[in-house]
Amino acid sequence: MTAVLPGRHRGRAVARLAGLRLLLGVPTVLLVAVGVFLLAAVSPFRPVYQYFGVGIFSASDADIAAAERSLGLDASVGEQLLRWLGGLLTGDLGQSLSMRQPVAQVVAERLPWTLLLVTLALLVSLVLALAAGTVAAWRQGGWFDRAVTAVGHTLEGLPPFVLALGAIAVFAVAWPVLPVAGLTDAGAAPTFGQVSRHLVLPALVLGVSQTPWLVLHVRASLLASLDDDHVAGARARGLPERLVVLRHALPTALLPFVTVLGNRLPELVTGAVLVETVFSWPGIAAAVVTAALAVDFPLLAALTLLSAVAVLAGSLVADLTVLLLDPRVDADV
Amino acid sequence: MITLRNIVVPLVAAALVAGCSAPTAAPGEAGPAGDGTTMTLADGYEPDDLNPLLGYGAEGASKFYDGLYARDAQRTLQPALASGPATSSPDRLSWTVPLRPGVTFHDGSAFGPEDVVATYAAILDPARAATIRSSVPMLAGVEAVGDDAVRFRLSYPYGAFPARLTSGILPSEALEGGGPVSDLPVNTRAVGTGPYRLAEWRRGDTMVMESNPSYWGGAPSVTRVTVVFATDDNTRAQRTAAGEFDGTVLPPALARAVAQQSGLALREHASADYRTVALPFANPVTADPAIRAALNRSVNRQGMIDAFLAGQGEPAHHPIPGVLPEQVEPSATFTFDPAEAGRILERAGWVPGPDGVRVRGGQAARFTLMYPATDTVRRDLAQAFASDVRAAGIDVRLEGLGWEAIEPRMGADALVLGGGDPFDPGFKAWQLLHSSNAADGFNNPGSYRNAAVDAALDTALRAPDEAARTAAVKEFQRAYVADPGMVFLAFLGHSYVTRDAWDGYTPVVEPHTHGTTWGPWWNLQDWTPRS
Repeated sequence: MTAVLPGRHRGRAVARLAGLRLLLGVPTVLLVAVGVFLLAAVSPFRPVYQYFGVGIFSASDADIAAAERSLGLDASVGEQLLRWLGGLLTGDLGQSLSMRQPVAQVVAERLPWTLLLVTLALLVSLVLALAAGTVAAWRQGGWFDRAVTAVGHTLEGLPPFVLALGAIAVFAVAWPVLPVAGLTDAGAAPTFGQVSRHLVLPALVLGVSQTPWLVLHVRASLLASLDDDHVAGARARGLPERLVVLRHALPTALLPFVTVLGNRLPELVTGAVLVETVFSWPGIAAAVVTAALAVDFPLLAALTLLSAVAVLAGSLVADLTVLLLDPRVDADV
Repeated sequence: MITLRNIVVPLVAAALVAGCSAPTAAPGEAGPAGDGTTMTLADGYEPDDLNPLLGYGAEGASKFYDGLYARDAQRTLQPALASGPATSSPDRLSWTVPLRPGVTFHDGSAFGPEDVVATYAAILDPARAATIRSSVPMLAGVEAVGDDAVRFRLSYPYGAFPARLTSGILPSEALEGGGPVSDLPVNTRAVGTGPYRLAEWRRGDTMVMESNPSYWGGAPSVTRVTVVFATDDNTRAQRTAAGEFDGTVLPPALARAVAQQSGLALREHASADYRTVALPFANPVTADPAIRAALNRSVNRQGMIDAFLAGQGEPAHHPIPGVLPEQVEPSATFTFDPAEAGRILERAGWVPGPDGVRVRGGQAARFTLMYPATDTVRRDLAQAFASDVRAAGIDVRLEGLGWEAIEPRMGADALVLGGGDPFDPGFKAWQLLHSSNAADGFNNPGSYRNAAVDAALDTALRAPDEAARTAAVKEFQRAYVADPGMVFLAFLGHSYVTRDAWDGYTPVVEPHTHGTTWGPWWNLQDWTPRS
């Protein structure tokens, strides 16, 4: 722990952290892309099968081979990787084999829906975690605390798709108040009302599935800071309990929470894949499944890049936030 | 045989019939359709693309495209974008097709011979990787004849060539630029001459079709059709029962339950969609004619249909479906006769071993049967097959695999295959059983060779007229049944439910294709709201 640093020094530290992360981020992201190509290359799936669909069962070997040649699928992994990297430099993400449209278009059509879902889910889990975590720590050992801890630990072990199926069973089948699937009702235009109604279940499920780690962290962190000297001091001065918890204990407890939030981002991304699949949400995450099954190199690589960038950016933003908020933290880069 | 599916389907069906708590439109009450000019359908399958060169609507009945010819309800070939029947040169190596005048594409451009030539030239060009290329192996070239006809050149005589011209025609502009057809914008934004044009396709969610007011066959009365993609059978059944859709495709048992509960009309269509056990000829057990003859007599085809297809289906003995009675040779069948199967095996020297499995010269009557692991119908049929032939002393080991794992082993292990073409069944039989297609891709995977079958199929494909062709197709069935190369099990029925608020429904025999393109809605452009 260092002394409070002057503002200029702090600004330089922020720039240094961002710059270094960027410098490390580019090769990391490229390494991830190369990894995807290599993994897909050793997978037993043949992309040309996806290309032909049911037509494969009446196609001749000569026609299958001709299609593989013409699509460049017969090239070695190295060649395909080089071609893809070359395209990347010129801003061409390539053509998606499974979606039959340019990768850039797939991303442009689907990314907004995923961003909407993930942002809302993050908001849901933030609000839930802060509220439940604070109350649980405040009334440590009470029935609410015991319930939150028990539910939190249970949810930790529950994959998001189980939660999703459970939510469908409850809110769509047993007590049908919410639509189960899709972006809108059948054939309806994607108006605000339509989309928001259809967004409720997937966003809640994704949000709740991410909550347990956060809520348990807020609780533990708040309990620790309630024991801090300055909190004890505030209590000793006879300040009301509400003020002590919310004004004195919570701010110190929340700083590490930002880091935890940043580190949860990969989970949020994988959670989105499962939740979008279950709820037929037409986002980008659902396309990952299709691309992987079809060994759709260009789409798979682009989506992997996208999630790698999201994860790196998330942790950078979290670290920068902590650095800016907490004078005790130094950018140890 | 108790499988999870056998428990789940009746349970869901029972739940539906017992009256579920979901809000349900009362039978007869107007659904989402309102005045009948709009319709909402649910499909269990979403197309990868809308490009006819990649197989979209290859058998006709596509809502966005017309082929040169199409089938009517009696399966008779009718001119669509052609203006009349095709005429052939005396050697049947050249076919001239007159074209319908005054047709326009959805983008407003005029239809003409250049579009037909561009479409078929793209199919023929290997560099463009059109997946339907293998459906016209006889086609050598195409050229325009004046401004109202095209001429197709064949590399060998093919009597039923016009039957192979049902695939959609694209505007020549859409095909410009060369390169694989999978790169074309038309893959996701269909431009055809069909009765409907694409209004919106939200991938993974819905597709909206609008009627084409200037359709050459007359503007359709149902002006807006929304197709919702919902892959899970049970979800689709529940949503349909809740009144959300005007129709959908369902597995037979579920379709009956939904129809009973929701008041929707049940439509069960026969199809040419067979399931067969392909037997490899490189395997010493399945290559033995006695084993193949015995297998064909020891499977209880009707039993499988009753147990796994809710009775919706028809026993299959060869690839020619019974729904084409004029093409079926009545004598070409196998009777379910386990005792006879046993006698055949005895005569060939297969004697029961200590564990009940027959043995000949140290070789046990044992082979592996593969099936695609995710296909529950094929899994059920494979299990029933294994259990039936076990009674004859033949031991079948089952393996559920992905196609990637199946493909390299097709030459050595048996496999449950599906397919079927009700329009040109001779061609399908040729792909499946002619020796020239042995082990060519998924065609004739077991490498079946039979000179009499080859000769009959060659005669059928080259036949000058329908009568000669039919005679040869019947001859093929007799030759095949005398020396079966596979064990055909059943032709599947396809089941649908549809709201009975329109006139114009016409039953039809269907190809292997699933979903709402066919089904009751194959002639949707002719439907009118019931007043």
